[in-house]
Amino acid sequence: MRVVIPFHLRNLARVDGEVQLEVAAPVTVRAVLDALETKYPVLRGTVRDHVTLKRRPFIRFFACKEDLSLEPPDTPLPEAIVKGEEPFLIIGAMAGG
Amino acid sequence: MSKVRVLVGTKKGAFILTSDGKRKNWEVSGPHFAGWEIYHVKGSSVDPNRIYASQTSGWFGQIIQRSDDGGKTWTPPGSNPEDLKSPEGFPKGESNKFVYEGAVGTHKWYDGTQHPWEFKRIWHLEPSLTDPDSVYAGAEDAAIFKTTDGGKTWKELPGLRAAKGNLWQPGAGGMAVHTILLDKNNPNRIFVAISAAGAFRTEDGGKTWKPINKGLKSQFELPDPDAEVGHCVHRIAMHPSRPNILFMQKHWDVMRTDNSGDLWTDIGGNLPTDFGFPIDVHAHEPNTIYVVPIKSDSEHYPLDGKLRVYRSRSGGNEWEALTKGLPQKDCYVNVLRDAMCVDSLEPCGIYFGTTGGQVYGSANGGDSWEPIVRDLPAVLSVEVQSLA
Repeated sequence: MRVVIPFHLRNLARVDGEVQLEVAAPVTVRAVLDALETKYPVLRGTVRDHVTLKRRPFIRFFACKEDLSLEPPDTPLPEAIVKGEEPFLIIGAMAGG
Repeated sequence: MSKVRVLVGTKKGAFILTSDGKRKNWEVSGPHFAGWEIYHVKGSSVDPNRIYASQTSGWFGQIIQRSDDGGKTWTPPGSNPEDLKSPEGFPKGESNKFVYEGAVGTHKWYDGTQHPWEFKRIWHLEPSLTDPDSVYAGAEDAAIFKTTDGGKTWKELPGLRAAKGNLWQPGAGGMAVHTILLDKNNPNRIFVAISAAGAFRTEDGGKTWKPINKGLKSQFELPDPDAEVGHCVHRIAMHPSRPNILFMQKHWDVMRTDNSGDLWTDIGGNLPTDFGFPIDVHAHEPNTIYVVPIKSDSEHYPLDGKLRVYRSRSGGNEWEALTKGLPQKDCYVNVLRDAMCVDSLEPCGIYFGTTGGQVYGSANGGDSWEPIVRDLPAVLSVEVQSLA
């Protein structure tokens, strides 16, 4: 599947463009983040808290134009995300003031 | 030929300024970690090519960066998946994991209630004087952490928060361990300073800590004249040859102790204002100290728009303004607590950075100053390495 991460996290993980991940079913936000952090350990703690695994306050999750940030992390992601037709988006929220 | 390397942390990245021992012509590299807040960058005195940086973001949290080649390349320690594999094959990736030990506990909140400790960022990194892989880290919310594996993992020394931590309260700038001083003659002795809790000392390598705030006065914030904690200490400084003598820039007041913090006395003397943030000690003259007076706690800029460093050659009380080369009109920048440092060349070099993005240097102990660079983002910290 395809994941888009914010500019600063791409720099941190030293990747260009989208990230390709293998995620076993069921594909959920939690499973995607687990796979992302396994492939790129430097991203642990940057998207969600190390201990509580809660989403950091200024991070948002989007899939197929839907904001999933407040959904339970074990909610299955849409089929288009699972098949790689659409990317799963991890966004740094507009919160600059 | 000797060299100096100045490590500058700013609101939008880190910069490295290098020069030969004349300290006249400078090369500037950066921004490193562009767009991130770099609270502090400091090199190991044991291995000067080993440098640590605290990189933070309101969006993405805390990152620790490490360079093993004098700042040319950087890596979050332990972020290479191959380095991180545990025997079971799982990545650990804990170089940015700062977790309070045990029950997290509570401190005093603005409304007087108790509030749980919440990790926000690392303000200060203090490399060990004997081991390049060991570093102390000062955190907001206030705590001290230590790594012994080059920054791959960090562990809190929880005894600090046991020193009446329930009475500590954040100031307007937060509640952080911002100063860590190591005693080169006694590895078990460490001093820290916290806003707004005060100064603390350990004699057993960080297991237990004692508040050392006797003599400090904060009459409006702390009506109790004998309050052991709660003082807003902005910075403390020590000359390595005299570890029992400390100098302090408090919220208001410039102070000195001759007995490792058991009692502090006011040495503000003829300063035009004794509010400020940084304080530092000349590398070769332990009685020569520097401060940058700021108008007041309500107006964080120099008095009368004149940027003046004040120097005392007598360990306090008698101060002279150092102005040559510094703007003497229309200057309304601030100099933050970790943004002043001294090199160990002869004559001693002094450096400081401003919230206006200037880094000034003096290659003659403060007699005259020149801007090394003028238009960086707001400067949060300045450290210098004197290289052979």
